[in-house]
Amino acid sequence: MHRRDLLKSLLAMSVLPATGYCSNALAAPATQNRLLLVFLRGGYDACNLLIPTSSSFYYESRPNIAIARPSDNPQSALELNADWGLHPALRESIYPMYKNGEVAFIPFAGTDDLTRSHFETQDTIELGQPLNTSRNYHSGFMNRLATVINDGKGVPAMAFTDQLPISMQGTASVGNTSLRSLSKSSVDTRQSDIIQKMYGKTGLAQQVSEGFAVRQDIAMEMQDEMNAANRDAITTKGFTLEAKRIAKMMREKYSLGFIDVGGWDTHVDQGGAKGALAGKFEELGRGLATYKNEMGDAWQNTTVVVISEFGRTFRENGKRGTDHGHGSVYWVLGGGTKGGQIVGEQTKVNAGQLFQNRDFPVLNEYRAVLGGLFSRIYGLNNQQINTVFSGVKSRDLGLI
Amino acid sequence: MFSSLSIQRLAGAALICLLSACGSSSTRPDSRNDYVKTLPPIGNTLSKANVNPSQLLNRLTFGSNFTSDQQLQSVNMDRYLDQQLRARGSVVPNVIQAQINSMTITQLSMEELIHKLEAQRIEADQQKGVDDSLRKAYQQELNRLYRESATRSLLRDIYSPNQLQEQMTWFWMNHFNIHSGKHNIRAMLGDFEENAIRPNALGNFRDLLRATAYHPAMQRYLDNEYNAFGHINENYAREIMELHTMGVNSGYSQKDVQELARVLTGIGVNLLGTPPKIKPELSHLYLRRGLFEFNPQRHDFGDKQFLGNTIHGRGLNEMEDVLTMLTRQPATAHYISKKLATYFVSDNPSDALIQSMANSFLQSDGNIPVTLRTMFDSPEFIASLGHKFKDPLHYAVSVVRLAYDGSYIVNTGPMLNWLNMMGQPFNGHPTPDGYAMDESAWASPGQMNVRFDIARAMAFGTPGLFKVDNMTLTDKPPAPALASSMYAKTMSGTFSPETRNALKQAKSPNEWNIFFLASPEMMRR
Repeated sequence: MHRRDLLKSLLAMSVLPATGYCSNALAAPATQNRLLLVFLRGGYDACNLLIPTSSSFYYESRPNIAIARPSDNPQSALELNADWGLHPALRESIYPMYKNGEVAFIPFAGTDDLTRSHFETQDTIELGQPLNTSRNYHSGFMNRLATVINDGKGVPAMAFTDQLPISMQGTASVGNTSLRSLSKSSVDTRQSDIIQKMYGKTGLAQQVSEGFAVRQDIAMEMQDEMNAANRDAITTKGFTLEAKRIAKMMREKYSLGFIDVGGWDTHVDQGGAKGALAGKFEELGRGLATYKNEMGDAWQNTTVVVISEFGRTFRENGKRGTDHGHGSVYWVLGGGTKGGQIVGEQTKVNAGQLFQNRDFPVLNEYRAVLGGLFSRIYGLNNQQINTVFSGVKSRDLGLI
Repeated sequence: MFSSLSIQRLAGAALICLLSACGSSSTRPDSRNDYVKTLPPIGNTLSKANVNPSQLLNRLTFGSNFTSDQQLQSVNMDRYLDQQLRARGSVVPNVIQAQINSMTITQLSMEELIHKLEAQRIEADQQKGVDDSLRKAYQQELNRLYRESATRSLLRDIYSPNQLQEQMTWFWMNHFNIHSGKHNIRAMLGDFEENAIRPNALGNFRDLLRATAYHPAMQRYLDNEYNAFGHINENYAREIMELHTMGVNSGYSQKDVQELARVLTGIGVNLLGTPPKIKPELSHLYLRRGLFEFNPQRHDFGDKQFLGNTIHGRGLNEMEDVLTMLTRQPATAHYISKKLATYFVSDNPSDALIQSMANSFLQSDGNIPVTLRTMFDSPEFIASLGHKFKDPLHYAVSVVRLAYDGSYIVNTGPMLNWLNMMGQPFNGHPTPDGYAMDESAWASPGQMNVRFDIARAMAFGTPGLFKVDNMTLTDKPPAPALASSMYAKTMSGTFSPETRNALKQAKSPNEWNIFFLASPEMMRR
């Protein structure tokens, strides 16, 4: 049986149950649009991703880790416009997409949360609720988005993580399955059939059969990958492989997706054009480019948003690293994205403009910015946007 | 076939433990007996209702097995419930207690542990960028201590005959949730459970609330250590009202939260033991108890208006007042009762049940066993038996209690891993609200799949439970006593026709075990 056939049969057998499990087994995205949220956990050093090349203050502040101004040297920044350059590790992946108008960056983006704690700021961002009020810890903004798009009928959503992240928690039913390493179901086909029959008359029948179906998908994916590995010598691994798997799932089954990537907390020896952080950028960029390719035609209706809990200190620290800061740089990618530009409110990058004399300020509050983006993608009205991000006025940056 | 019918080994010993405090664990002198006295005499509600003993055990314990069935049969259901409500102290078989005794968290006090770790952390910070091995070692030690406290909890959940107390310990650990990821809290969790939560789990709610407020782990987790006059941090104040006592939208105002935050100024921790500089006229108000510290110099001594009362500014005693006031709020009685009923009865307990429990809570001034007794005696509780979906911890522990009844595991690693995979590791919930208690949080397709993986692993025996990490197993691990056990066989007789049909199709005892452990009936308690 081919995957597509399996998915078709899944489609055929699934009916909306009365229990409110609005179900991923409905498969085939109900809206053409697909949105993947990529969360870089740890607070990535945005100033070495999107380099303020026109700022001499940047070069004074980072004597050991700065990325050189654009030049013929392959280790220098890739020119985006007169003020900004891109880290050279993204030369083969994101840079061509930017030039092709498929990537935009939003500098000075982030939250007003000032704890500078990873956990707390991540929670704040994922909850997406106003600060300094009582918060509902079981309600993340991606889940609320799932409840309003498609006229409130719900869309298939999946977190490609071991645990359901806060942003995906809430009243809409969202599954989670990590695709980092694949493992087949440990029960065999006969046993899983018998187990499904045991559950046939129970309220869990739907979840059980859907769970086995996802596992079967994964088993087929493993077989595909093994066949591919036997054909060509180059094997994909790490985040690139994960991104490829996610793209297949997103292409065929899900409207909303979430993935997190860790390892961005670069307090020590983060490197410059080469080194630890450059390696992370390279891997992330390659993964996102792979994601685009794997989406195929669906890329036209795909948006990928890359965010992180905060930026890092503008000045490098005594250990050639950077510490927890404030404003970050968000990325928006997609076939329908009006890319090739640096958008949102901006300011000169000099000592006087730093927030608390240490960090990028936040000029583009993320709830307003994402609210604006979502309303463009899904044509949401004010009331719907207010359900997703209550109490903020969305800002349309014209990215779609 | 495998032939293990040795489950009775443990039964006799444990039964005696239940009634007299044997085993080597220490219990602190118990002022909580005062509250227990208000428990009504043993009734006959459960016996009269002809409750199925195995179903009752599934709710009062972490999972019925032959051993607990023997305990229950030796008295009767109502007396068993009474014993469970009065049980104190952790009483586990000697081999399990020996594992607990060998732990660092047993041998060192939290104060000693933190002093040692702080020295290590400071040294590691000085070497940052030069020698990162110190920082790594420090983090590894924190992880190891975290694993010790999780392991101790699990061992008690599996082996303590005082099962209701262990369930209540987890319940309150979750109610007063502290995430293990913050600061050095991993080294404090063992003490938080042992000295703040467990002694009060079946005690009085005010004592419990107070014990958490005086614990450095709580002060750190909810940032009250940063809360000072002129530098207000409302985090703990808000969560006390919203999550620990009255519940959100229960009638208090933002102003109450702000005033409570003022009451809590100056309360925090002192991890190094260095005394702060304090004006002589305030020094008599300074208090340090272990790692807990009240620094009057950081306190706001103005009067506060809280829930319609004036709190006179005078130091730490202001907190004593507000905790008592909060315990006596009808909203608190309602909120706590509803949460207990959600854990023990159903995802949607009736208003009538919640109200009768809340009345018991108020009339007994926050007596937890009295409140629970009202719940357990209710027709709604009895009607709910067998229907509540097990959360991951209940599933994992019930499987091991049943399959390895009479054997003693030496490594909780596989179980901790299962809890990770199902999404409910100990103190792993990142926000202060704790894990959800309803079915929808735990029954997603992926989570159901993980349960079937666990069922399969257990069906064949999980040798990892019986060997210490990095060592090879010399003896054969005990086979799970399911297909060969009368107890499991008898249980399966009450299962649905669909489940019994599946069991009939088993081609081997191991496969019978898979279907049994994967059955819809094993997912509920």
